[in-house]
Amino acid sequence: MAKLTIPEEEYMTKGHTGCPGCGACLAMRYVLKGLGGNTIVSIPACCWAVMPGVFPYSNMKIPMLYTAFETTGASISGIRAALDALGREDITVLGFAGDGGTFDIGIQALSGAVERRENIIYVCYDNEAYMNTGVQRSSATPVGAWTTTTQGGKAKDWKKSPKKNIIDMLVAHKIPYAATASIAYPEDLIKKVKKAKEIKGPRFLHIFATCPTGWRMDPSKSVEIAKMAVQAKIFPLYEVENGKYKITRKPTKEVDVADYLKMQGRFRHLTQEEIEKFRENVELEWYLLLKKEEFTQSLEKLW
Amino acid sequence: MKEVVSGNSAAAYGARLAKAQVIAAYPITPQTTVVEKIAEFIANEEFKPKFIKVESEHSAMAACIAASQSGARTFTATSAHGLALMHELLHWASAARTPVVMSNINRAMGPPWSVWADHTDSISQRDTGWLQIYAQNNQEVFDSILIAYKVGESPDIMLPVMVNEDAFFLSHTIEPVEIPEQKEVDDFLPPFEPEYKLDPEDPHGFGSLSMPHQWYMELRYKIAEAHEKALLRLIEVQNEFEKRFGRSYDIIDEYRCDDADIILIGIGTTAGTAQEEIDLLREIGVKVGFARIRVFRPFPVDRMRELVRKAKFVGVLDRAFTFGYEGPLFTEVKAAAYQMRRQPLMKNYVVGIGGRDITMDVIKRIVENALNIVEEGRIDREVEWIDLKGAQEIHLRRRY
Repeated sequence: MAKLTIPEEEYMTKGHTGCPGCGACLAMRYVLKGLGGNTIVSIPACCWAVMPGVFPYSNMKIPMLYTAFETTGASISGIRAALDALGREDITVLGFAGDGGTFDIGIQALSGAVERRENIIYVCYDNEAYMNTGVQRSSATPVGAWTTTTQGGKAKDWKKSPKKNIIDMLVAHKIPYAATASIAYPEDLIKKVKKAKEIKGPRFLHIFATCPTGWRMDPSKSVEIAKMAVQAKIFPLYEVENGKYKITRKPTKEVDVADYLKMQGRFRHLTQEEIEKFRENVELEWYLLLKKEEFTQSLEKLW
Repeated sequence: MKEVVSGNSAAAYGARLAKAQVIAAYPITPQTTVVEKIAEFIANEEFKPKFIKVESEHSAMAACIAASQSGARTFTATSAHGLALMHELLHWASAARTPVVMSNINRAMGPPWSVWADHTDSISQRDTGWLQIYAQNNQEVFDSILIAYKVGESPDIMLPVMVNEDAFFLSHTIEPVEIPEQKEVDDFLPPFEPEYKLDPEDPHGFGSLSMPHQWYMELRYKIAEAHEKALLRLIEVQNEFEKRFGRSYDIIDEYRCDDADIILIGIGTTAGTAQEEIDLLREIGVKVGFARIRVFRPFPVDRMRELVRKAKFVGVLDRAFTFGYEGPLFTEVKAAAYQMRRQPLMKNYVVGIGGRDITMDVIKRIVENALNIVEEGRIDREVEWIDLKGAQEIHLRRRY
């Protein structure tokens, strides 16, 4: 029998209430496979606050604490402190929040937890908008995207500003480990989770999680679109270990940015000119990432 | 062991002797010396909690809730704007049934900036489901924290408790406080062992979605029930406290109220000043007493009825105001009295807002006004702001 590349154990059972093709669902499943059952997770307001099921049902085999929207960083700090006080240093403490709860309303608590060097893992599953409340723009929404609060229309009121770079923000905190990952590359994702588990201090995973409902896309294309985002360098897979950037999976084939955009209704309105501009931004960010990798890898130990 | 300490130090001693396991707190004047004292204990290795120096009060409360749900005894301290920032999580703490204990240093809300005593901060949190205790002196601050843990952590209560002390009048005033031996406190207050906690060996979800037809309403009813039980539990625990430590506390602290025609009601440090003045007035034959509401939530409604039943006049002193109506304490006292067959004359005195001194002279003038009202058999106005610069025209419209 062939050796499995992904742990067989499941900590998320059937019965979640996510939409068909939900990327966040795969993100949780893979993260838990990587971390194992001796884990406590804190979940703020987000899709995952409802996906485990309505009380008293739950599709999770680990204890879950639901917490207020902006508090994930503080909540996992509290769990960690309590477990340490009770002599349970062995338990992994996980925060699992969406992009709104991480990039926007929860950024203060996240920044605080990372600055304090809390011994926690924070996972942001990024579906690039407030999806649980019905597709409103967040600071993780890509430039040009339609959302219910950037409706375009005659005023051409699409998302005007670029996506926030959360990894760089955390690197500025001198975080021991931060990485991007994608639901389309589970081996890479789980490898990063396992690596993170072995590191002490704050660790952060930024997981690209497709949202067919909000992105106006075919649910059966969820993994394919996530793969294209990586191949088209829109969402590069890399990690930053003690300040050193390392791209973990370079694109293996040319995928055109335009093909990625065209598969999603949220970008349907983009003109050729706007697509070119989008492509330029992607190329610039990719160039910067290569330079960050080259520069930081050339240095001695950073921190 | 007698220590000469501030109210804030007394609060820090309370957390230490209660062996709080997780403390998450953020500095704000006039609370800062609570967290500084805790940091000093930690630096001296006299106290070894996990102290999370969070980046906001909001995070302080979030961390305390999470730590409490993980099975640790938690403590935090704040004041005014910090408490207001916590508001969302105050609801969360009670609804999650986490017996967090918090010192709140009663301070005015800005603008204009004011760091002085005022009860607006905690009274505004009345409906968050917290038990609220108000101390009159530093000993009471310390003792109330121990009582708070014991009551809050009772299996049929499981609610957070706020122990309030007036800014500067207590927080920064030093007086002798009896600090018991650790062993004595340990005998009084057993370790926190919640029935349910986050545990990978017994995994559950805490706080998941409940539909309207399911359990939300019932869960809220259980909090209402726990509050009713909490009042009885408070009395029980206060009695046990007295047996062990020799200091007695009541839910309403009555001073010379037994035969009083005029009863003034207030909260916090006003009581001390009032008691001094009442002694003087009693000497010249004025039958006046003062009742200090020590426990504001759960509201001691039966005791309140018993208290005001005997009086001809009840004057309620509010160090806070509910804009568009009247002082919040006045509303509560009136509401309690409403179900009685006969009510005394009642009037609201708004005093000491933003830390303005409530002097013995203020109390004296209030009693003089009360004597006039009793003689006339009717109140002159329902609400009066005492020591206010300028006229109080608005109240003319609420004349009786």
